[in-house]
Amino acid sequence: MKIGLREDRCSGCLVCQTACSLSLFKELNPKKSAIVIEPRFPTPGNYAVHACDQCGECATACPVGCIEKGDDGVYRIDAESCTGCLVCVEACPQKVMRVHSSREVPIKCTLCGDCIRYCPRSAIYDVDGDIAEKRWY
Amino acid sequence: MLNGYAGTILEVDLTRGAVRKEPLPEKLAREWIGGRGFVAKTLWDRVPAGADPLGPDNIVVVAAGPLTGAPSLGAGRVHFGAKSPATGGYGDANMGGHFGPELKQAGYDMIVVTGRSDEPKYLFIDDDRVELRDASHLWGLGTMKAEETLKKELGEEFQVATIGPAGEKLVNYACVSHDFGRQAGRTGIGAVLGSKKLKAFAVRGTKTIPLADPAAVWAKGQEMYRAVFDNPGMAQWTPEGTAGVVNWANEVGAFPTRNFSSSYFTEHEEINGHALIEKLKPISKGCQGCPTPCGKYSTAKSRLGEAPVEGPEYETVALLGGNLGLDHIEEVAYLNHVIDDLGLDTISTGAVVGFAMECYQKGLLSKEEVGRELAFGDAEAALWLIRKIAAREGIGDLLAHGVKKAGEEFGPIAQAIAPHVKGLELSGYEFRNAPAMMLAYATCDIGAHHNRAWAITYDVQVGQDKVEGKAQKVIELQHVRPIFDHLGVCRLQWVEIGFDYNHYSALLKPVVGRDYTWDDLMAVSEKVWNLNRCFNVREIPGFGRSWDYPPARTWQDPVPDGPAKGKFIPRERVETLLDDYYRLRGWSADGLPTRRKLEALGLGEVAAALADRLPG
Ligand code: SF4
Ligand code: SF4
Repeated sequence: MKIGLREDRCSGCLVCQTACSLSLFKELNPKKSAIVIEPRFPTPGNYAVHACDQCGECATACPVGCIEKGDDGVYRIDAESCTGCLVCVEACPQKVMRVHSSREVPIKCTLCGDCIRYCPRSAIYDVDGDIAEKRWY
Repeated sequence: MLNGYAGTILEVDLTRGAVRKEPLPEKLAREWIGGRGFVAKTLWDRVPAGADPLGPDNIVVVAAGPLTGAPSLGAGRVHFGAKSPATGGYGDANMGGHFGPELKQAGYDMIVVTGRSDEPKYLFIDDDRVELRDASHLWGLGTMKAEETLKKELGEEFQVATIGPAGEKLVNYACVSHDFGRQAGRTGIGAVLGSKKLKAFAVRGTKTIPLADPAAVWAKGQEMYRAVFDNPGMAQWTPEGTAGVVNWANEVGAFPTRNFSSSYFTEHEEINGHALIEKLKPISKGCQGCPTPCGKYSTAKSRLGEAPVEGPEYETVALLGGNLGLDHIEEVAYLNHVIDDLGLDTISTGAVVGFAMECYQKGLLSKEEVGRELAFGDAEAALWLIRKIAAREGIGDLLAHGVKKAGEEFGPIAQAIAPHVKGLELSGYEFRNAPAMMLAYATCDIGAHHNRAWAITYDVQVGQDKVEGKAQKVIELQHVRPIFDHLGVCRLQWVEIGFDYNHYSALLKPVVGRDYTWDDLMAVSEKVWNLNRCFNVREIPGFGRSWDYPPARTWQDPVPDGPAKGKFIPRERVETLLDDYYRLRGWSADGLPTRRKLEALGLGEVAAALADRLPG
C-alpha cells in the first residue's frame, strides 16, 4: 500500500482526518490525525492535501533514533523512547507529523489505509492498488 | 458527561461585554436533541414577548447537533436562529461548512448571543479561551474579506462565520456567511447580528468530542460511507450538485421565471447544471463529512466583472436566473458573488429584485422612483439594484424591508404579485401546478421556504392537479426533513440519492449512548413544529390562518406558458388544503394549535402561557 494524491479532487470534507483519528486513537478528533488538508480560499480556490509517503526523513532526523522502519515499510515512533523533542515534526517535508496538546509524542501515519478507504472523492488513493479504487464521478 | 455533545453553552452578553459558560442541561439534550430543537426551545424561553427583532432584547442562537462532527454523511451542519426581522416571528437558518464541528471541538454545543454592543465586536473562541474582541477593522468589509482577514490574523485553522455590509445596515434578509460560500441564509439573522454589532464568530477547537462507544461509532460510520459509495445516485447527483435540478424544475413547470409570473424559462439550458460545469469549470467543495459535495467553486467571469464564487446552486440559479430573466450562467454566478459578499440571502434578494422589475414593467414603479430603468434580462440593472439595497440608498432603503413591505407601498396590484408568505420571500419553486408545494410554503414556520417540505416531488408523483392527500404528505415531510437540522447533518443524501434515513438514528445510538428510533425523532420534530407555531402566535399580532395565504396571483393568474400553462390554484382549493392541514395537525380552523394538542405533545407550559390566545 502506498498513498497517492489527486489534490484537484479534494472537496475539503475531512473524512480522511476523521477516519484517521478514529483509527489511530479511537477518538473523534480530526486535529489528532496524520493528514493535513489545506484550504486555499478565496484564491486560488482549492485544497492542498498533505499525507505521509513514508519517506523516512523523520527517522533520519530523530536524535534518539526512536523512529524505525518496519517490515511493512512503515515508519513508526517508539513512544517509550520518544523524548518529545519534535525535531521530526520540523523535518517532515509534508508537514504531516502533527502535534496535539494532549500528547507528548507526535502523531505519525501508520498506513492503516482508512483515509484511502473512506475518502469519498478518491483524492487519496492507493498507488499499489491493494485497496480497490472507488468509482469516480 | 453527555456523550455526543460538547457539554457547554456559551452565553455572550454584548451589552455587558461578558462571556459565561453554562453546562448543557441533560434535559435539553434528551428532549430537544440539538440544532433546530435547541434553537426553537431557546427562542421560546428567552426572547421576551414582543421584542423588537432588531433591538437588544432579541437573541441569536447558534446550535450544533449530536451528529455535528461525527463520522456521518454531511456532518458539518449548524443551526442559527433569532426572532426574524423579516416576519416578526420564528426565524432560523441552517449552515454547512466546518463551523459546527469546530465549535463542538472547542467544547460548545450552543452559543446564545444577547444584548447589544456599542462598538463592533467579534467573538473569539480558541478552545477554553473566549473573548469579545474589537472588530472595528472588520466593520464595513465584505464577507470574503472579513473571513480572509480573520484567518490571516488568527490562523487558517480558525473557522469564521461573519456578516457583511448588508447585515450591518440591517437589511431584513441579510445572512451569515462562512467558508467563502456557505450561508445561514434565510430570515435575516445577519441583520439581527448587525443590530447587535457582532460582526463575526471565529472558532478553533482541538478537543475530542466524547462518544458513548467510539468503536461502534466508527463501525457504523464506515457502514454509512460504504453504503453511500455503492449508491448509484452518487454518480448522477454529485457532478452538478443542486443546479442539476434546473432542467427538472422546468420540465414539471415549477421554475420561478420573471418574478414567478411564469414557471418555465425558455432559456433554462443556458443556466442549468451542465452550463455551470461547462462554462465555470468549478471544483467540488463540500461540508465536513460530505460524500456528495454540492458546492461548486470557481471564478465567475462576465462583462459584469470577475470574482471567486461558490455556486450558483439551484436556488440561486432559480432566483437570479429565471426569476430575473438572465440567461448567462456567468452573470448569474457573478451576481451570486456580489450578493454573498454583501452578506445578503440570494433567495430573498433575487425575489426582491424580480418583484421590483415586474412592478416597473407594470408601471407600478416609475423611473423617477427607482433612479433608472429596470427590465427582466438586464443584469446591470440587477447589479445596480442589489448594491442600492445593501447600501439602503434611494429605492434600496424600502426594498431592504422585503417584498411584503414594498408591496404595501406600491399598492394592491403589487401586493398580489409580491412573492412571499408571512413576509419571507418565496424560494425556488413556482407552485400553481403543485398544490402540495403551495401548502408547504403556506405553512412553513419561517415563511415561504422550501426546505421544510420539498413536497413538489410528491405533486409530480401522485398528480399535479390533485389536492386530496397532499396535506398529510406535507405534514409528514415537515417532520422528517427538520430532523436532519436537529441532528446537525445534511438532508441532501436522503433527498437526492435516496440514502436510507434509518442510518442516522442507528448512528445516533453509539454516539449518545441512548436508543432513539426514527419515530422518536419524528415526535420531537412534531413538538418543535408546534412550538414554533406558538412562537408565531405569541410574537405576531393577530397570527392565524390569514398569515398562511400565498400571494393572490396563485388563484388570480393562470400560468401563461410552459408545461403548466393555464394552471392556477382556485381559492376554494387553497381553503381546502388549509382546512385539511389544520385538521390533520389538530389545530383550529383558524390555524391555531389547540391547548389539548399542545398538552399531548408535552407542551403544557406553552399552552398555559398562551391560554387566552389558543382554543381548548
Ligand atoms: S477525505 Fe478526500 S476529499 Fe475529503 S478532505 Fe480528505 S482528501 Fe479531501
Ligand atoms: S450535499 Fe452539499 S450541503 Fe449537503 S453536506 Fe454535501 S456539500 Fe454540504
